[in-house]
Amino acid sequence: MTTTETQSPPRERAVGQGIDRVDGPEKTTGKARFAAEFPYPDLAYAALVHATVARGRITGIDAKAAEAVTGVLSVITHLNAPVLKPAPARSMLDLSTMVSATSVNYLNTDEVHWDGQPVAVVVAESLEAARRGAALVEVTYQEFPAAVDFAAEEANAKPQKNSLLGAGSAKKGDAEAALAAAPVSVDLRFTTPPHNHNAIEPHATTAIWDGDRLTVHEGSQAIAWMRKHLALRFGIPERNVRMTSPYVGGGFGGKGLIWPGTILTALAARATGRPVRMMLTREGVYRTVGGRTPSIQRVALGAGQDGRLTALIHTSVTRSGKVGGGPEQVTGAAGHLYDAENILLQQNLVEMDLIPNTFMRAPGEAIGTFALEAAVDELAGELGVDPIELRMRNEPARNPLDGKRFAHRMLREAYALGAERFGWAERTPEPGSMRDGRWLVGMGVATAYHPSVQFTANVTARLSADGTVVVRCGFQEMGMGGATAQAQIAADELGVPYEAVRVEYGDTDLPTGPMAGGSAQTASIAASLLAACAKLKGEVLGLARRSGDSPLRGQRLAGVEARDGGLYRLDRPDSGESYEAILSRAGRPYVEAAIGAESGLGAVAGQVRFMAKFLSDQRRWVKAACGAQFCEVRVDQDTGEVRVSRWLGVFDVGRVINAKTAASQLRGGIVMGIGMALSEETLVDPRNGRVMNPGLGDYHVPVHADIPPIDIHYLDEPDPTMPLGLLGIGEVSITGVAGAIASAVHHATGKRVRDLPITLDKLL
Amino acid sequence: MVTLRMRVNGTTRSLDIEPWVSLLDALREQLDLTGTKKGCDQGACGACTVLADGERINSCLALAVQYEDRDITTIEGITHPIQQAFIEHDGFQCGYCTSGQICSAIGMLAEHGAGMPSAVTEPGATGLSEAEIRERMSGNLCRCGAYNGIVDAIKEVAR
Ligand code: FES
Ligand code: FES
Repeated sequence: MTTTETQSPPRERAVGQGIDRVDGPEKTTGKARFAAEFPYPDLAYAALVHATVARGRITGIDAKAAEAVTGVLSVITHLNAPVLKPAPARSMLDLSTMVSATSVNYLNTDEVHWDGQPVAVVVAESLEAARRGAALVEVTYQEFPAAVDFAAEEANAKPQKNSLLGAGSAKKGDAEAALAAAPVSVDLRFTTPPHNHNAIEPHATTAIWDGDRLTVHEGSQAIAWMRKHLALRFGIPERNVRMTSPYVGGGFGGKGLIWPGTILTALAARATGRPVRMMLTREGVYRTVGGRTPSIQRVALGAGQDGRLTALIHTSVTRSGKVGGGPEQVTGAAGHLYDAENILLQQNLVEMDLIPNTFMRAPGEAIGTFALEAAVDELAGELGVDPIELRMRNEPARNPLDGKRFAHRMLREAYALGAERFGWAERTPEPGSMRDGRWLVGMGVATAYHPSVQFTANVTARLSADGTVVVRCGFQEMGMGGATAQAQIAADELGVPYEAVRVEYGDTDLPTGPMAGGSAQTASIAASLLAACAKLKGEVLGLARRSGDSPLRGQRLAGVEARDGGLYRLDRPDSGESYEAILSRAGRPYVEAAIGAESGLGAVAGQVRFMAKFLSDQRRWVKAACGAQFCEVRVDQDTGEVRVSRWLGVFDVGRVINAKTAASQLRGGIVMGIGMALSEETLVDPRNGRVMNPGLGDYHVPVHADIPPIDIHYLDEPDPTMPLGLLGIGEVSITGVAGAIASAVHHATGKRVRDLPITLDKLL
Repeated sequence: MVTLRMRVNGTTRSLDIEPWVSLLDALREQLDLTGTKKGCDQGACGACTVLADGERINSCLALAVQYEDRDITTIEGITHPIQQAFIEHDGFQCGYCTSGQICSAIGMLAEHGAGMPSAVTEPGATGLSEAEIRERMSGNLCRCGAYNGIVDAIKEVAR
């Protein structure tokens, strides 16, 4: 039932195997070119000038000193910038409108909406001159009062309305009354700070105009939507814009929307008539790309002496920007994890004069599962019940809120396997009871949970007479191993070795792919790729049937199997033909199948189908990846320093396509979760709304020394409702991590820290 | 403008360069050696690690003019078993930190081989334990969290 990536048995099928990434050689030799690495003759460089007030109006700009810098070509401000059309309003009828990160019409307005908003772009012959020039631009402002202190704004938060894409509230029974009546209860307040993605590749754009055609090289999680957005902003037809994104140096949500740097690089190129490159400075990323919202959460749990939950309340306050951003599903997991008689979920939102929030790995769930899972651990403590046992007593058979079926749910199995492998039985329940010299040792667990969705994907697949296959889809590769996984899928479907499959991606010249978000990319493409492969086989079989002397004469698709580079009869396995034989007899160099329409009515129909499937899925069942996180921490008895010394995660992610890359991606989420738990925090000055630690020296992401070996297991059971039975794996593993660590820290020290990050000052 | 000569990956290159240009920008923007990455430009991430006369340095913190006549090795000039080990152990995801990790690992192995201790070296210890590797590689961030694979890859070639 269980395998780790090191133990998977050699199988004939490519799916499931831990195949090396296809782009490994490029990435280990420096050949892979990222967005800022496309050479163009006559390339100019751009740098941003950031607003230094949170809300106000520009009253004056003095660019003389900047213009005097040798090599500076142009200082572009709202006084001289080319006209940019406003960002389209967001609409569910056109998902590409969601890609707009803010509603600000950059350099086409004198208004300032957040500290850090770009107010000028300096273009120069060299990077150094552009940056020097940017530092010399003097801007004066009329400043307006601004809401920038999240803690102070808590009272102004408004209940989030329910929308098509997300519930702001949910209710079953009377949870407050049940809580008041419960014999055992906890009622707790948690806070989490803002976080930034900090992909190691800063956002970068290279933009080239040729007449009214625009080419953009961008590290992007959503090339198709960004292309459409740029076309709209610059008033040119969509087909005139090409965006390529062959490699993305990490995204985690931060490259999912279009932020000012991208638009302003294209604008600078248009204004100067030169190809322009702009890589944001690390500080520039903090100032112009949103991050994860901070949160204030309440989790209240009531239970009988038997540990059965009678009340579950989870509420949250998060922030968005006045010019963009939105709610995050902080209380989402609480509606699915525990079989409580009475449930109350409520998300509240306050709009502030800060850069809008945006999705960051498991938006909402990452921080929501911290509070929920830490609270469950506290209740276990109150009850004197083992925290795994408490979870098992409350494990629901159907969705607790509404009785819907789970498409798939193996949390019990995940905990059972995890407890055994981790050695949970050795844990002595009393806090502070496990010591190792000067270290206080603690163990903690938590549940991981992330809903699964699917987008539409247009795919073409071409099978050539020599048995090679080319799959084309404009998806994005930021380290998930998408090309490798899709090659494995196509190889199995068509019965060819995976080395024979080439996958083209990362270019809007290709069929339109899904965005890389919501852990949805692999499943979305797989659905279309399966259909394309079926079409291909049908067409090949059709060619064979038309030939009088083919052994496949008279066969139906259901009666044949693709293997060994051809089609073979299921009833007589030795009877069949290679693709080469069939295609060359038919005089065809290749056959090709396309799934999805690129434009016109077909494309609209595709969007409608997506929404219809999304809504019907939501009505019919609850679909999610989940898992059990186990950790051991060591806390220095004198300094309060917390070290994570062991980690084990068992994940129920449906069928795993590539055992190696899947394990890596799951580990990556845990690493980011460890950072969230112990060190990560974006500090916003409550007086003026400025990020105070915009750099990797001051915002502490985990380093090598912080990360122990992470033991990954998964229950390789296909989800019956997903293509190939696969559930997305990009986000689930960050969920629960901070809850497990907070619980382990309590077990080690007896102290409950409910405010992230768990830094040593909070333990002294 | 200053004219300077530098050996890069075994070839002597001549550069006309402003004295304030970093080694990293000189490599990336003037020599089109874009395998060396910029992650922070302030010495905090290690993505820009190259070898200068065999020693690992953050090229974003180095001025190109300081390296007149020195021997610079970037990822493009490296052929080393660790590259295959990175692939086999999946020591990367997005690949953006990878050039720096590989250069840093090669430099680190040389430092360790020369007997340089780290903050976790016990007196008298000579082995390269996992804790040693993690400590010595902590200047190279990987936001994709490929740390386990990187350590495994280094362990394999250090054997
Ligand atoms: S780019 Fe040099 S250390 Fe980050
Ligand atoms: S592989 Fe993406 S940052 Fe290391």
